[in-house]
Amino acid sequence: MSMQTGLATSTTQLRTYAPATDVGVAAPAPRLEIGRAEPGTARRNPRTEPGPIRLVIIALAIAFLSIFVVLPLVVVFASAFSKGIVAYFAALAEPEALAAIKLTLLVAAISVTLNLVFGVVAAWAISKFEFTGKTFLITLIDLPFSVSPVISGLVFVLLFGAQGYFGSWLQAHNVHILFAVPGIALATIFVTFPFVARALIPLMQEQGTQEEEAAISLGASGLQTFFRVTLPNIKWGLLYGVLLCNARAMGEFGAVSVVSGHIRGETNTMPLLVEILYNEYQFVASFAIASLLAMLALITLVAKTVLERRLDEAEVPDGD
Amino acid sequence: MAIEVKNIVKRFGSFAALDNVDLKVADGELLALLGPSGSGKTTLLRIIAGLDWPDSGEVAIDGENALSRGASERQVGFVFQHYALFRHMTVFENVAFGLRVQPRAIRKDEATIRARVKNLLDLVQLDWLANRYPSQLSGGQRQRIALARALAIEPRILLLDEPFGALDAKVRKELRQWLRSLHNEIHVTSIFVTHDQEEALEVANRVVVMDKGKIEQIGSPGEVYDNPATAFVHSFIGESIVLPVDVAGDAVRLDGRPLNIPALGAASGAAKLFVRRHDMAVGPAGTGALEGAIRHVRSFGPIQRAEVALSGSEGKTVIEIDAPRDRELQAGEIVSLQPRRYRIFAAQ
Repeated sequence: MSMQTGLATSTTQLRTYAPATDVGVAAPAPRLEIGRAEPGTARRNPRTEPGPIRLVIIALAIAFLSIFVVLPLVVVFASAFSKGIVAYFAALAEPEALAAIKLTLLVAAISVTLNLVFGVVAAWAISKFEFTGKTFLITLIDLPFSVSPVISGLVFVLLFGAQGYFGSWLQAHNVHILFAVPGIALATIFVTFPFVARALIPLMQEQGTQEEEAAISLGASGLQTFFRVTLPNIKWGLLYGVLLCNARAMGEFGAVSVVSGHIRGETNTMPLLVEILYNEYQFVASFAIASLLAMLALITLVAKTVLERRLDEAEVPDGD
Repeated sequence: MAIEVKNIVKRFGSFAALDNVDLKVADGELLALLGPSGSGKTTLLRIIAGLDWPDSGEVAIDGENALSRGASERQVGFVFQHYALFRHMTVFENVAFGLRVQPRAIRKDEATIRARVKNLLDLVQLDWLANRYPSQLSGGQRQRIALARALAIEPRILLLDEPFGALDAKVRKELRQWLRSLHNEIHVTSIFVTHDQEEALEVANRVVVMDKGKIEQIGSPGEVYDNPATAFVHSFIGESIVLPVDVAGDAVRLDGRPLNIPALGAASGAAKLFVRRHDMAVGPAGTGALEGAIRHVRSFGPIQRAEVALSGSEGKTVIEIDAPRDRELQAGEIVSLQPRRYRIFAAQ
């Protein structure tokens, strides 16, 4: 649930970005007036709150963010380097750690690639065609966000586990899904499916089908239309979706934890290894891996900000 | 190329967007589809282009069945109301698009493409904008680029959907004349959709008036203006005075009083009298079919527009007439009115 609201807010931000900059441009004037407010004159700028109230609100926001976001980040890095830089890199060079990093990258690569294709197809279907069941499909796309990741994992256990629907068949044919890479990839794909589709649907709906129709009337085939017209128009939105999808794929814990089986050096992803090491009191090693994930988060954050700016530029109306 | 549309029916749910439409467009014609919004004119245009498909009926371009081909194979130039320029391409690449996506076997080499795009940009007088992006152009410039892009594929026919709809009045007027002269120059069979009667009458050789999915009248601008076939055409094109009348044989009565004008073959019963504002002759009281008191006069240019409250209607029926300024009318004056030209259509 929290993921869903998170995404909803980020799209809202995205839509209201341009007006927000307008306010930013207009802001200096009122601020000046407050600075000049003479004692004795009861008049204050009617457009904004009095200075002290604004200070309190801003301070509250910064304090809250420091305690709940900045402080944990600092703690992660501090703990990771608590025994020095050598211990930090030694912890990362452990075979188990390397295996976990490799597995995480592999699973992320698989799930991001597949979700990229599925997401574009789903967004295309929803935004460019009219068909019955469209609303249902949109709801279905959001399902992974509204289901607890643990449940998502359990679904795959029910399907592919030894007692599951396909369990005996899989065993008979010696196919390993659970407690192996395919299971982890499946659970990750399920959990991260909505990101690309959700990033694209509003964008593609807003852009409509006119440019595609123009391309077709000019003699372009379906593929030419997609690669020459549709894709360039959605590329920033697509990158945005892929970025969020990748961050979640690498960081997913719940669903992966259920299907992984925690086989050391084989089916432990980075988040799983962090937990195991922590439970074994190997704090430096645990926080060293955690610092990698934290860095991923920071890079994602920066890239997301850049992309959002690009998206706003792409969305500037043609102004007629 | 000639276009022939036969018995086209198109429904959106229970709404009939096109109800058995037949239309023939001759080679080299510049035809206007004129009608209010929801009359089905854009749907008809999109069906000819292959962007929509009819539920039944036939479309032939140059004698060939067009419905067996998709939009990309019809070689039809389509200009969209909101231009639909490719926002991530320069003006040059927009115009070149149709040439670049041709199958390899018939695709021209780069030099030929560049030369052709340059010619087209010259034709629309915008060669100096080649490296700009659509978002950097004005509405009128975008419209001309959209036209150049559609012409790049050497279309067999050219279809324009509300080509001037999104432009301001002045640019609109310029582009109208420009489109006319462009058509005289390249002579490709063209159909444009508009809800603006002035635009249709000024630009087209022939006007097709549509309402509620049906064609009401097809004719030259003069014909549809001077001899409207139906009450709808009369009220949609030009300003009309409409009076509810009763027809009995050859006598026409307004509010029970005889009007002294022939019924022109209208069927007996309730009917509507249509007169153009400027076709109502003003004379001294007691000389015409109608009589009324002038309430208000505004003079501009060569005419004076007067509001006249017809007598016998307790001042409820007020009409606006346009009179020449040979005699200045005064508010409060009682005048007689005589329709010089008029039509009577049975009331629906």
